[in-house]
Amino acid sequence: MTLDRRSFIKLIGSASGAAAIAGAPMIAAAAEIMPKKGKRVVVVGGGYGGTIAAKYIRMFDKSIEVVLVERNDHFVSCPFSNLYIGGILKDLKPLTIKYDKLVKNHGIKLLQAEVTAIDPAAKKVVTSKGELSYDRLVMSPGIDFRLEEMKGYDAAAMELMPHAWKAGPQTVLLRKQLEAMKDGGTVVMSVPLAPYRCPPGPYERASMIAFYLKQHKPKSKLIMLDANPDVTSKGGLFKKGWKDNYADIFEYRGAKKVTEVDAKNRAVMIEGLEEVKGDVVNVIPPQRAGQIAVAAGLVGDDKNWCPVNATTFESTKHKDIHVIGDASVAGAMPKSGYSANSEAKVCAMNVVALMNDRETTELSGINTCYSYITDKEAVSVAAVYAVKEGKIVAVPNSGGVSPADFSAAKLEAIYAESWLKNILTEMST
Amino acid sequence: MKMKFSTLALAMGVMAVSSATFAAPPTAEMLANACAGCHGTHGSSAGPSMPSLAGQDKKVIVESMKHFKSGERPSTVMGRLAKGYTDADFEAMGDFFSKQKRAAAGVKLDAAKIKKGAAVAEKFCSRCHIEDGKEGKDGASVVAGQWLPYLQIQNDEYLSGKRKMVEKMEEKVKQLPNAKDDMDAAAHFYASQK
Ligand SMILES: Cc1cc2nc3c(=O)[nH]c(=O)nc-3n(C[C@H](O)[C@H](O)[C@H](O)COP(=O)(O)OP(=O)(O)OC[C@H]3O[C@@H](n4cnc5c(N)ncnc54)[C@H](O)[C@@H]3O)c2cc1C
Ligand code: HEC
Ligand code: HEC
Repeated sequence: MTLDRRSFIKLIGSASGAAAIAGAPMIAAAAEIMPKKGKRVVVVGGGYGGTIAAKYIRMFDKSIEVVLVERNDHFVSCPFSNLYIGGILKDLKPLTIKYDKLVKNHGIKLLQAEVTAIDPAAKKVVTSKGELSYDRLVMSPGIDFRLEEMKGYDAAAMELMPHAWKAGPQTVLLRKQLEAMKDGGTVVMSVPLAPYRCPPGPYERASMIAFYLKQHKPKSKLIMLDANPDVTSKGGLFKKGWKDNYADIFEYRGAKKVTEVDAKNRAVMIEGLEEVKGDVVNVIPPQRAGQIAVAAGLVGDDKNWCPVNATTFESTKHKDIHVIGDASVAGAMPKSGYSANSEAKVCAMNVVALMNDRETTELSGINTCYSYITDKEAVSVAAVYAVKEGKIVAVPNSGGVSPADFSAAKLEAIYAESWLKNILTEMST
Repeated sequence: MKMKFSTLALAMGVMAVSSATFAAPPTAEMLANACAGCHGTHGSSAGPSMPSLAGQDKKVIVESMKHFKSGERPSTVMGRLAKGYTDADFEAMGDFFSKQKRAAAGVKLDAAKIKKGAAVAEKFCSRCHIEDGKEGKDGASVVAGQWLPYLQIQNDEYLSGKRKMVEKMEEKVKQLPNAKDDMDAAAHFYASQK
């Protein structure tokens, strides 16, 4: 007897989930809200990854019912939220999308609800509005915080010292605090050890806060306490940008890990050794996969991120559940919006193949991240990804960062705006 | 039957083998979808400075990618990305995008410039940018329905010498009475074509 390709794929599909039972939550029976008739994929999270997975599954195969579950009735993009904090964008409108056109154009079913549990054995998603059965589940829940590693940083502290690492009210709060601060004040930012959502994000934020201070409060200071030994992304470019524009305002301090906060006194503590006080404090806490992925037992040995198959993004922990975006471990692909977009399409194509007993297709992916240094200059990092020996790797000799002399920075700032327009249009239409 | 396969597979210890081992190599669609975050779903850009790839001539896409890769055509990001692909990938992506329908760009255009541009295009450009820019001859780009801000960036790069024109196009552009304004008018005209 020989194993033909197709049966082998099927068999691997089932084998990968054979060990997926331990830790499955006990779930009380609740009402099935949308009884499943044909083939169904449930997508959790209507952000950078989830919207695209839902859309592309429907574009590839209209016979599959897709239910997108998202807690909010709109989505605010983290990309470009630093420009709002820097006073360059007036409001969050250009960063906000609704789901009506996406849902209508592609026949996606939208359920606005909180996902509270997942039962991988029964193939059910439990939501605040009832239960949903699935054939396959795609998870793109983004991140949550490892608050246990940041003593004193609770919900109340977040209102005094915003993280603004999920865009929305927190973003608005940070900007308001900067606007309310007196000229001559001190802003403190803390950066967690990598990996975290958006490697260059904190450094773009520092640039934008410094831009704001330079325009409006030139006697003020910005101090960045970075747990990493050095800038983790586009280091040379950021340092040149800071030197050329913000040398008198901005102080970067590497290998300074903030482990504790005293919110009332607007102070942070570096490993019990040193206290730093600010008038405005932006704490970016360490992160892990969105809480629901942790609760569903999808995280790996590190207890933080979800290991997946590099072709299908199927979890190596639970069969028939795929994880994309920030929550997943996607080899060399960084935790970015563009990566989530690219991963979602690869995942969608292969979810459809698996549900139709067809051969899967190897990943080809892209990431690009633009970061603004001033209102008119941006730099970028870009790369192309492929699978090698079961791992996602950057294609050798591809990609890289913008020219060191900033010769393209003005043009890139223009293209970056169009990047946002296009990626948000992809997600919302 | 299936049961037996599994038993055999388990005996062979293939559980650790990922299904990626048996995945087909990236298809044209797999390659092209990765570009859509910037260029729009199926290559129809939502604008304003990102070009639409949908409906572009296949040869133009392939040649542009080769020239981005070699540095012959200037770029901010495309050179870095093009280095991640082979000529065969370019063919596949070019084939995919050339077959997609280009959604009309939704940019506001100046009617007077469109009118002037129509005359410029007819006299100086229509030999290669045929059918009012909806098709290209001898490797000329499809410019009809392309986003104006993108075309304007290309005009700037052509006129400053940063992006090299094909010789025959350069000859025509040199004949323009007022190259900057005339190129801009032609761009308005092409952008207005659906
Ligand atoms: C300041 C900043 C700047 C950034 N800039 C860039 C950039 O320029 N370029 C770039 O590519 N990336 C950037 N990023 C990164 C980008 O925001 C993320 O990588 C991207 O959002 C990840 O997509 P995702 O789908 O994994 O998660 P998200 O986009 O966060 O989507 C997750 C969604 O799931 C929902 N959800 C979660 N749990 C549940 C639940 N239990 N029930 C129901 N719904 C749930 C959430 O409400 C959310 O809508 C930036 C990030 C930050 C913080
Ligand atoms: C990060 C955004 C981004 C991504 C991703 C991207 N492009 Fe581009 N593309 C651009 C920009 C910006 C330009 C203008 C040239 C430049 O500055 O790089 C461009 C120009 C082009 C052009 C020239 C168009 C014309 O009319 O001459 C082609 C062809 C092209 N891209 C193809 C692709 C393909 C194929 C992919 C996927 C492999 C891709 N692009 C991915 C941003 C992107
Ligand atoms: C002899 C043929 C020829 C003539 C005449 C010609 N072009 Fe072109 N054009 C080309 C070719 C070939 C290309 C694509 C090759 C390249 O430059 O990379 C092109 C590309 C372009 C582009 C870039 C499009 C893109 O997507 O990047 C613009 C804009 C353009 N032409 C405008 C014009 C205008 C305006 C005229 C008339 C004033 C004109 N051309 C006349 C051959 C021609």
